[in-house]
Amino acid sequence: MDGGTNSSAVSVAHAAPNPEAAISARGISRSFGEVRALANVDLDVARGTVLGLLGPNGAGKTTLVRILTTLLRPDSGTAQVAGLRIPGQEAKLRERIGLAGQFAAVDENLTGLENLTMVGRLYGSSRGAASARGRELLEQFGLVDAARRPVKTYSGGMRRRLDLAAALVAKPPVLFLDEPTTGLDPRSRLDLWDVIETLVSEGTTVLLTTQYLDEADRLADQIAVIDRGQVIAEGTSDELKDRVGGERLEVHLEDPAQAEAAVRALAPMCSDEPTCSDGLVRIGVAHRTGAIIEAVRRLDEADVGVDDIALRRPTLDDVFLALTGHAAEAEAQP
Amino acid sequence: MRRLLSDTLVVTERNLIRLPRAPELLLAFTFQPIMFVLLFRYVFGGAIRVPGISYAEFLLPGIVVQNIAFGGFVTALGLNEDMQKGLIDRFRSLPMSRAAVLAGRTSADLFTNAVAMAILVLTGLVIGFSFQTDVVHVVIGVVLALLFGYAFSWVFAFLGLLVKTPEAANSVGFIAVFPLTFISSAFVPGQTLPTPLRQFADVNPFTIVVNELRWLWTGQPSPDQLWQAFAWVAFILLVFAPLAVQRYRRTAGT
Repeated sequence: MDGGTNSSAVSVAHAAPNPEAAISARGISRSFGEVRALANVDLDVARGTVLGLLGPNGAGKTTLVRILTTLLRPDSGTAQVAGLRIPGQEAKLRERIGLAGQFAAVDENLTGLENLTMVGRLYGSSRGAASARGRELLEQFGLVDAARRPVKTYSGGMRRRLDLAAALVAKPPVLFLDEPTTGLDPRSRLDLWDVIETLVSEGTTVLLTTQYLDEADRLADQIAVIDRGQVIAEGTSDELKDRVGGERLEVHLEDPAQAEAAVRALAPMCSDEPTCSDGLVRIGVAHRTGAIIEAVRRLDEADVGVDDIALRRPTLDDVFLALTGHAAEAEAQP
Repeated sequence: MRRLLSDTLVVTERNLIRLPRAPELLLAFTFQPIMFVLLFRYVFGGAIRVPGISYAEFLLPGIVVQNIAFGGFVTALGLNEDMQKGLIDRFRSLPMSRAAVLAGRTSADLFTNAVAMAILVLTGLVIGFSFQTDVVHVVIGVVLALLFGYAFSWVFAFLGLLVKTPEAANSVGFIAVFPLTFISSAFVPGQTLPTPLRQFADVNPFTIVVNELRWLWTGQPSPDQLWQAFAWVAFILLVFAPLAVQRYRRTAGT
């Protein structure tokens, strides 16, 4: 039975992209010299949904986005985006996608309106039409007052909004956002999330890369976790949390030195590898009922003092840790 | 092809509107040439004897050629900055002509070079330069100088894409081009140079282009032929434009 499932999974990996999906990638690989940035990546994003591509720096997120937006050729594999093939239909595809990157790719010495007008004209619009569309977007993104100021006078959040507006000039059905809120203050992040949610409610398909688990949790319908160039898990946020084994038990120790004793005492009821740092022990437990009482009893028998003990739903942090064996954000520091 | 032209125009326009907003660049191609003319004319000019011609008249064609060759600096710095800031990625994700990014950049130089040359010539007229030939020769000289500058814009485009930072583009460009302009007949008569330098100066395209421009504008006899100057322009373009385009494709593709 197991063998059968495996072999069908292998044949799916080499199948053609799914034409029903807005974005569909099959067997995408890419190396830079000796470094394998992507290894046989399969991915589907249904029309009108958001896929959150989650992973630490260097996991391959940006490489995948660059391939799907025609900026980079894959070594092997095929993809279909907005109904057009990669490789083969890159030129046409560029008319149907929008890309907003980690770095606000707008000209600092042009005004907001000049930037958007330039992009519109490069999509082939006349000057008048491009400028009208630019004004429309500036209004939509709350940048009307800054329309005639050079971008170098903008705040970080304003630049990101302008960058996103530039990606939307041609009203693309498929939008790629590469770490859209990295480096933004919390207020600007919330604003940008609202904008993205509005776009999705209007039918845009979004592929979003992020290192922030809360961002994926909030925006993404589906999440793909990528690590070392491979998609290691896929599903909704809840599905991924379930995969980690349901509930997490967190124990704050009176004395951090007793961490080892605590782990030993709790080992029989663990559903995965326990972690501990600074006197906080975390374990996955298979059954919620009675877990706290059992844990307290075991710790008491082992003479381990407890400050606080609690059960909670796993976060995507736990998911990441369980899937990759390392934390998401710690590794993500450049 | 129509796409290439219209996209090139859009990118050229973009490069020109941003210029007045970057004061350091504006200074570089307006005041700097004036400063150079004045320094050479009044600091070195007294000590340099050129047979049969005043130093102001000798100097101006040389300084025009040197200045116009360096005009491409704006391209090196601009392309490098666009790469660092992710603007090249933006352009590459658009359904626009790929060649337009480089063509728009170098075409913008053509405008700034023309402005800088006008400033230089006006300064020259004030300090004692005058055209000694007819309009046709003067215009051919202007065309030659602009084309030479355009060819060097592609050299700088290649350099700008080759190095990692604008600072590196600056120093590589300076080290590569500055000696070329000086070991030539631009500022002193070639005969006064020590033998090895003179041999280099004799085959230096700068010498040939400067000699021809001097002939076109002041009527001073030139040891070379006009076609050689245009041949150099064509040669530099044919070598560096494909190199820059290839480098652009590669830089952007990895």
